[in-house]
Amino acid sequence: MPFEMIVGAWVATGLTLLIFSFLYKDNPLFKLAEHLYVGVSVGYVIVKTYDTVIVHLVVKPIVENGEIALLIPVAIGMLMLTRYVPKAAWMSRYAFAFIVGMGAGLAIPRTVSSFILKQVEDTIRPLLSMTGSDGVTFSMNLLNPASHLNAIIILIGVSSVLFYFFFSIEHSGVGKAVARTGILFLMISFGAGFGYTVMARMSLLIGRLTDLIEFSDTSYGRPTVWLSLLTVGALFLLARRGREQPPDIH
Amino acid sequence: MIFLRRQLPLLITLVTGLLFAAQYYVPHPASEQMLTSATKWLQIVGGFALILGVTSLFHQHAVKIRRQEAGWGYSLVLYVGMLGTIAVGLWTNGKESVEGTMTAFGWIYNYMMVPLQGTMFAILAFFIASAAYRSFRAKSREAAVLLVAAVIVMMGRVPLGEYLIPLSGDVSSWILNVLNSSVRRAILIGVSLGAVALSFKIIFGVERSYLGGGKE
Repeated sequence: MPFEMIVGAWVATGLTLLIFSFLYKDNPLFKLAEHLYVGVSVGYVIVKTYDTVIVHLVVKPIVENGEIALLIPVAIGMLMLTRYVPKAAWMSRYAFAFIVGMGAGLAIPRTVSSFILKQVEDTIRPLLSMTGSDGVTFSMNLLNPASHLNAIIILIGVSSVLFYFFFSIEHSGVGKAVARTGILFLMISFGAGFGYTVMARMSLLIGRLTDLIEFSDTSYGRPTVWLSLLTVGALFLLARRGREQPPDIH
Repeated sequence: MIFLRRQLPLLITLVTGLLFAAQYYVPHPASEQMLTSATKWLQIVGGFALILGVTSLFHQHAVKIRRQEAGWGYSLVLYVGMLGTIAVGLWTNGKESVEGTMTAFGWIYNYMMVPLQGTMFAILAFFIASAAYRSFRAKSREAAVLLVAAVIVMMGRVPLGEYLIPLSGDVSSWILNVLNSSVRRAILIGVSLGAVALSFKIIFGVERSYLGGGKE
């Protein structure tokens, strides 16, 4: 087995166990791994951004293709950094104005098209397919998301949830019933979202445990076993030291 | 001076906003080219925005180390992790692998970032479970509905659940594909209407908080 893989297994196991130590309680080992995580992640993002933006979007096109116009966004980006010079901080507004204006302008037609009209169309269109040249048809299969029954359920769900968030009309009488239907749909969706998230986290947990089991193999030098003992020992020592030092009441 | 400091930024927002909103309705190659360039420009300017965030993080932890405040050692660990990753990343030109061989940067990604990130999110499974225990008690009809939906979806996502309750897989799919998607659709429509309204407010200078405070 390559040396870097063995070292990697020891490091990965150690870091995994340090994070898992939080299940006992918040402790210095977890904090160490947590800060290392932030540091490594930020470092990774910096390198990737440098490679994507500076190298591939700015330097290479300018040097190899002579795209001098790219110096304009660079200048706008540099204006952002004037935030650090109090007297010139107002100049950063140009950069923010450009980004926000462009973002808002791009968002309006695309949001209206993709997220409003398209969603309304997808809610209504399946119902129109009920009437064809051979009369009215109605499919009742609940397991088929495209069935007419499900199309009606989706229409009821969309309308009632939208009505629930519409506060210009008092939710009383029929409105109250519609709003309560909306709440029921929302609760089912939140429950489903929760269940889905829990299972996604479980999947990650299974992945980490699978790695720990794999790294308990002798070919790696049993890092899971040794580092588990070390982590438990360190937590024990930390807990003992914590008991010996009375808490600072001031 | 007030024109340069307050009115010109608003004018830039108005012009760029209207220009890029109009671009969508102009099916001309020049318009498409403008969109491609603008997207590239946004990415470049966004890269500089990262500098703002990272500098703030650098500064915060540097102060902690310099003053040797409580927990300054952790800040040092953060610095070492960050600078080490940057150094290795630049040395390998930001490549995780070269011709199928893992680089040092790839090693950091595979044996440090992935385990740290995976475990950090995995421990949430325990906390979500304990939070659920506290909050999911069926105190009302709505809470009971939420609880039942969550249990069905959880059962339907694992083979054991489907083995114990054979219908759970189908019901789980129905909840996710029909009931859940109808709610997501309604929320998406509502959020989008809000986003469009906010975009108009920004373009026409009604919403100005993005310019920050300070002197006029």
